Amino acid sequence: MGHPAFSVSHREQVAPMSFVFYVLAAVTLAGALAAVLLKNTVHCALALTVAFAGLALLYLELDAQFAGFAQILVYIGAVAILIVFAILLTKGSETPKDGVYSKNWLAGLAIAAGVFAVLGWAVLESARVLPGSGGTPTAAPAVTVLQIGNALMGRYVLPLEIVALLLTAALIGAVIVAMHEKEETR
Amino acid sequence: MLGEGILKGMAETAKNFAGSFVSAERLTTVQYPEERIAPIEATRDFPFLVYDGADWEAGLRCVACQICEKECPPKCIYIEKSADKKPDYVGKPQFYPAKFDIDISVCMSCQICVEVCPFEAIKMDTEFELSTADRFGGLLFDRRRLAKPNEYYHRIHPAEAAAVDARLAEGKAKANVKQTNAAIAAAVKGAEIPARLPGGGD
Amino acid sequence: MTEALDQVFVLLSRWLVSFLPAGWRPAAGVALSVAAIVCLFPALFALTVLLERKGLGRMQNRIGPNRVGPLGILQPIADGIKSLTKEDIVPTSADGVVHFLAPVVLATAVFMGFAVLPMGRNMTLAKMDAGLLFYFAIGASTELSVFMAGWSSRNKYSLLGAMRAVAQMISYEVPLLMSSVAVVMIAGSLSLDRIVEAQNHYTWGLPHWYIFTPWGFAGFVLFAIAATAETNRSPFDLPEGESELVAGYFTEYSGFKFALFFLGEYLAMFSISGLGATLFLGGWSAPFSFLGWVPSWIWFFGKLLVSMCVFIWMRGTLPRLRQDQLMNFAWKFVLPLTMLNLMVAALWHFLGDGWARWAVCSAILAVSYVGMAWVGMRRMHFGARSYRYAE
Repeated sequence: MGHPAFSVSHREQVAPMSFVFYVLAAVTLAGALAAVLLKNTVHCALALTVAFAGLALLYLELDAQFAGFAQILVYIGAVAILIVFAILLTKGSETPKDGVYSKNWLAGLAIAAGVFAVLGWAVLESARVLPGSGGTPTAAPAVTVLQIGNALMGRYVLPLEIVALLLTAALIGAVIVAMHEKEETR
Repeated sequence: MLGEGILKGMAETAKNFAGSFVSAERLTTVQYPEERIAPIEATRDFPFLVYDGADWEAGLRCVACQICEKECPPKCIYIEKSADKKPDYVGKPQFYPAKFDIDISVCMSCQICVEVCPFEAIKMDTEFELSTADRFGGLLFDRRRLAKPNEYYHRIHPAEAAAVDARLAEGKAKANVKQTNAAIAAAVKGAEIPARLPGGGD
Repeated sequence: MTEALDQVFVLLSRWLVSFLPAGWRPAAGVALSVAAIVCLFPALFALTVLLERKGLGRMQNRIGPNRVGPLGILQPIADGIKSLTKEDIVPTSADGVVHFLAPVVLATAVFMGFAVLPMGRNMTLAKMDAGLLFYFAIGASTELSVFMAGWSSRNKYSLLGAMRAVAQMISYEVPLLMSSVAVVMIAGSLSLDRIVEAQNHYTWGLPHWYIFTPWGFAGFVLFAIAATAETNRSPFDLPEGESELVAGYFTEYSGFKFALFFLGEYLAMFSISGLGATLFLGGWSAPFSFLGWVPSWIWFFGKLLVSMCVFIWMRGTLPRLRQDQLMNFAWKFVLPLTMLNLMVAALWHFLGDGWARWAVCSAILAVSYVGMAWVGMRRMHFGARSYRYAE
């Protein structure tokens, strides 16, 4: 106790493709693939949760503490639960009779490849455009929660309030929809 | 005050907790089988046959009238009458049970056999530690197992046994009186009626 | 001397680790701490289970277990042997993989929560700047394992229990977080070590624990309510209500997996009590300044044990809340009060030192508590029951 062994707030030169990164990337990819290829919908949802966890660990590996923990808290703690509830409360939990694989899988693959190409190009270009990149990419400066909080309350307060309003509207809308359904069934 | 009920409840359980170490009122556990509570007078479990005196066969009160066998609701009593007779507590020759079986796995402790017995022969026992590994034979009590002395009856139901003894004594006294009267009547009938009593008149 | 006793575990681990080459030392130190946590808290769990059974028994006018060992001390060992040697029954229609993983996920998530608790001076396993956030993130994962357990059993009662449990945990997650945010606001940091440091000051011998402030007291009470509901503990134990749903979402579990769920529940209680102690009761700081010579870890574990006793006390006192009562309570009472508490904490900070802020904050909290309760209980009819007989 007290040994900051895996020092999470320590700035260091991160080798771009370390062993930990490979393992985490493999876990994330495996989860994402399983989410698409499995037959049972609830299994797919749980595999997606594994993918979320992999992403969160990747954020943590990059010293983005807030992003990592928020990913766990929001995605695994709330979104995954939402997905499984949605699956259970609708007929999604029964496996469809004629298989889960779509007939137009080739078109889907092409579109996915196109999106991946665009995203990959953007990421590689950003390494060239961002400051501090004289050949060897450096780690981004560690962003603390304090800085995020200051930014949210200072520079980005308007988007924060608008998002809050949006979420409130969604919440009220959900309650109204549910209430109306209760009215109908009465 | 709000939340007052919760606090009162918590105070009560705290009192229970603390009190259980000091007062018996707040710790009512009886650690059976090391500690036992004495059974009350009216405790009853399964029937047993009462016998007077030392010899259980000779002193058995039961006369095999089979009333209890007929009255028993689940029919757990099985009686076989004897061929000969033996004298009962007033001296009258009566039958006795050659076989008297009670299946206690069937008996429901309703006490009807006790209520209908005219001879105070069957009473309710209080023994309950009757576990056995033999589900059938071990729970079928024969007359040897069922016969217990009157002293035992006094131990387990003192008031009841005292009342029974009083009734039996009364019955015996009445029987004695009847017998004496019958003997006198027989004697008077059998003898000649003298005109005058010898030795001087009235 | 007292310094050495206070740091005895840190010094011990440093001494043990010094036998290894320098490159291995950090990892070995962490592994040693992890092993210590993994051994210590299940032992505490065994003790707590015994304490609970004896304590509940005494509260219910009876003796708890007293046959195994003197005063029943060896009862947890008997329970452990029983759980481990029982046959592991998995229903044939159950989803094997998920059924197996649910207790594993629960145990893992709960153990990870202990990493950020400061159990003494310099005795935090992982000093993180966002320690509190880590704790809540991990806590949110336990809901997923509850759902997994209920769904994989293919038993509609288990599923019902799991749904209820998840709904309850989600509803009380928000007040839990909000009551902690007030502490974060005043302490100015998400790091649990810094929160304890902020409380480790004394005025006239009395500590600056947050529970001794109006907003801290209200926050602690709300935190305690939310914590009881998060860990599915009486009076919020409807999901595992023995009389309603057999055992709720872990009906179909037997043997070691059941023991893991049970362990997970009690460990969650420990870690959330530890968090409550850290946030509101000053963590490892002593109650009076003249008691500072007692080692810090004794204070932390003492506060933990006192919290467990209060949990057991509540279990022995209160009847179970119904699902709708539970949810109403969360959304209509606890949540508005936590948000108000947040504002009161801010007011506390800006009113500056002095008695004025005590009076104002206490008044606001008292009035709102009474007001909310009055509003909520308007339609309730208390008092003697009246009967209507069919004539």
